[in-house]
Amino acid sequence: MNDLESARTVPTEARGRWFLRGVRGALSVPGFILASAFVGFAGLARDAGLTLAQVVFMTGMVWALPAKVVLVGAILAGSSLPAAAFAVALSSVRLAPMVVALTPELRDANTRPWVLYLLSHFVAVTSWVLAMEQLRHVPRSMRTAYYAGLGSTLVVMNMAVVATVFLIAGRLPPLLSAALFFLTPLYFVTSLWGSARERASHLAMIFGLALGPVFHVVTPGFDLLAAGLLAGSGAFASHLLWRRRRGA
Amino acid sequence: MTFTALDAWWWPYLFILIGGWLATDFWRFLGVYLGGRISEDSDLLVLVRCIATGLVAAVIANLIVFPTGALATTPLLLRIFAAGAGFLAYLVGGQRVTVGIVVGEAVLGLGMLAMPVL
Repeated sequence: MNDLESARTVPTEARGRWFLRGVRGALSVPGFILASAFVGFAGLARDAGLTLAQVVFMTGMVWALPAKVVLVGAILAGSSLPAAAFAVALSSVRLAPMVVALTPELRDANTRPWVLYLLSHFVAVTSWVLAMEQLRHVPRSMRTAYYAGLGSTLVVMNMAVVATVFLIAGRLPPLLSAALFFLTPLYFVTSLWGSARERASHLAMIFGLALGPVFHVVTPGFDLLAAGLLAGSGAFASHLLWRRRRGA
Repeated sequence: MTFTALDAWWWPYLFILIGGWLATDFWRFLGVYLGGRISEDSDLLVLVRCIATGLVAAVIANLIVFPTGALATTPLLLRIFAAGAGFLAYLVGGQRVTVGIVVGEAVLGLGMLAMPVL
């Protein structure tokens, strides 16, 4: 029996079982940390003046947390739609190489393209890290079912988290809500460092941390772009320098 | 055309769709399309990753230095110190995100309790 036939004769219950295993994969320590970060995000969005429905909609449609933080930041700063879209797009370029890396792991010979396009929506740091860890233990023909369970659970779970926090955030004592708002920067300052692939990305992160507040004062409205471009190209230049020195 | 430019109920959703959904899923769809065609090690992707990382870092720094809501009532030095302590704990504690979050939050909480102004 060749691959094509075996895939067609896979019983639906098997797919269902692997989907459920994906659901279970989402209910893990990384999934819990992500949910905590969404607690902080919900507080941020609430302060920015968004409504409950808008925040839940944004969580489902955008999904990636850095992109949402940038979008809320742009809304807070009163940016125009093109400027906001540009800033969000620039902060999400990283999604493309992540999906490029994940796609070959997900598909088998007869996976339909629309399935991959649909599943790619679930790609964000947490689900990507979990998938890259777990997929090798999943039979190839079951990987799309597994990732569908993992990704959709994370999205739906955090839509619920955001809605819940949104409703209670106004009634929390100041100490608790300050601690909640602090979760987002803490989560990203650590997980961004951990997700960096090369030394240059670590350098870009350090430059960006230093330049962000500076440009916020110097060029308000253009601060994120300016800081990102300068920090990124500076780090990239040192990456080229390091390589030349190593090569010489 | 800002988020609050139009009074219509659908405008914020359109803003989120174009400014958020389109701006992120564009890259995801491009990633699927490119599949294995791009080398993950190419210099162009390193540059792109560096700019993206620097940009997200700038967002984080601004959240710490210019916060909104309840965090805005805390002293700037306390926030920077708490974030730095959390990050150091993360590096020392085997790069576990949980360690960084717990330490950073503990420093912030203790600092707030120690300040009688709050």
